[in-house]
Amino acid sequence: MATEKKEHELIVSVSPHVKGEESISRIMWTVNLALLPAFIMSLYYFGPRAIFVTGLCIVTAVLSEYFYQKALKKKITVNDGSAFLTGLLLGMNLPPLLWSFNPFLIHVPIIGSFVAIVITKQLFGGLGYNIFNPALIGRAFLMVSWPRAMSIWDEPTAAFLAFDARTTATPLAILKEDGIGKLMEVFGDKATLYTQLLIGNRAGSLGETSVIALLLGAAFLLYKRYITWHIPVSFLCSVAVLAWVFGGKNPETGKMLLFAGDPAFHLLSGGLILGAFFMATDYVTCPSIRKGQIIFGLGCGALTMLIRLKGAYPEGVMFAILLMNCFAPLIDRGFKTKVFGAVKETKG
Amino acid sequence: MKYHHEVSYWELIKNGIISENIIFRLALSLCPALAVTSKVKYGLLMGIAVLFVHTMVGITVSLIRRFIHQRIRLPIIMLVIATWVTVTDLMMAAYAREAYAVMGLYIQLIVAFASILARAEMFGSKNPVMPSMFDGIGMGLGFLIALVTISFFRELLGSGSVFGFQIVDTRPVFIMMLPTGGFFAVGILMACFNWIDRKYSKKKSSSH
Repeated sequence: MATEKKEHELIVSVSPHVKGEESISRIMWTVNLALLPAFIMSLYYFGPRAIFVTGLCIVTAVLSEYFYQKALKKKITVNDGSAFLTGLLLGMNLPPLLWSFNPFLIHVPIIGSFVAIVITKQLFGGLGYNIFNPALIGRAFLMVSWPRAMSIWDEPTAAFLAFDARTTATPLAILKEDGIGKLMEVFGDKATLYTQLLIGNRAGSLGETSVIALLLGAAFLLYKRYITWHIPVSFLCSVAVLAWVFGGKNPETGKMLLFAGDPAFHLLSGGLILGAFFMATDYVTCPSIRKGQIIFGLGCGALTMLIRLKGAYPEGVMFAILLMNCFAPLIDRGFKTKVFGAVKETKG
Repeated sequence: MKYHHEVSYWELIKNGIISENIIFRLALSLCPALAVTSKVKYGLLMGIAVLFVHTMVGITVSLIRRFIHQRIRLPIIMLVIATWVTVTDLMMAAYAREAYAVMGLYIQLIVAFASILARAEMFGSKNPVMPSMFDGIGMGLGFLIALVTISFFRELLGSGSVFGFQIVDTRPVFIMMLPTGGFFAVGILMACFNWIDRKYSKKKSSSH
């Protein structure tokens, strides 16, 4: 009888009253799962190197979060999967040769992971308080500290145990250094180029190469409504438009030719898909208002193309997202929603 | 701000090094702390220059404090600071030529140090010579210690050496040589400084 009585009891509590099943750990582990196809593709093309580099990153990320929280006597939140996700994303953003080229480079992923978790995330107050995307700061730190080690790209080989793979340049680097002609020489014709880029048979960071696998994971996240279309679509659109308008070059003079660029190539190459769907949409570091998210995506795209076409680096997705991360709070402020029923304050 | 009746000279020095440390506590003069701390040598020289200027400005302002009209005290103090900075600048240019080529600009920028003007105005113009001198020594020593600590870690991590002697022979963390690394070093050391200070003061208060 006691239970029956309980049903009619008046329960007084603060909102929210209706709770969904979602939680931080559920979302984080689902995002990890969504990255699985891309990881499998990197395993196919880069073999054990993918496991070594990514595994090293994940283990360091989880351990540094655990020991930091243990040392500061904070609640240990390793199981929520966010440190795992940071390690996974960082590992997928590193070049495969980090391990096999030189065992002495083993400290590079470890330091990157440590910087991502401890300096970028925990020192700012842990999950939810970081200004920048941890994995991207880790990568930026490594990129500036060891630029040579971070730009040795491995030619993808489908053979699982190919330790002595040849090094090559990424498609974006070829485009920047030698122009579109050289790119056609390497890949044959445009159709082959696009197909190879889609499947991921090209040099690049571990997880960024296979566009199809990444899109598969992204579609899953969109279907689960863990990410919305606003940031990725505005990001990709601005890259496409800017690549079409400013990306072209006059083959004879080498000067810029307006409205002659190749948007498809710019969309498929580099870390754009990984960045747009998995990094820019990080809840903590992107604006939370839809209109603001579109501005955020447009800014990311514009900065990416600025760096790709005019900057010193061949790829600009990382720096673009990091720069826009700083503006996220400002954007949120600019697009503050009106409080229901609030009246505008009148002067006097 | 009359310290001299209550506080010993040792307390004044300790105040400058710990409780009012220019960089770790007041977070002033961060520009040279980022710019010249890529090598211990430069950090040390900059620290010595600031220590000298701080001490001499304290003494001079304290000596002439009765002859300065209240209304024009700030221009007068600025002139005194500028004088001693010029002396330091010319001395460095004469005797430390190699270092001066790298950090000459920042030596001249000592004129604009907020901490020197603030101490001259708050302390030197109100206190006798000896306390003012020890106050300047304390503040300058605090700055020197902070700069040497920052530059020690930056040089060790950024180029694997200390005072130019190669210690570690692997690939160094290049980012520590850039201003970004300066921000990392200052921020982390500031956190460590606060942590130690809090621990120390907690122990002190619990023993009372």
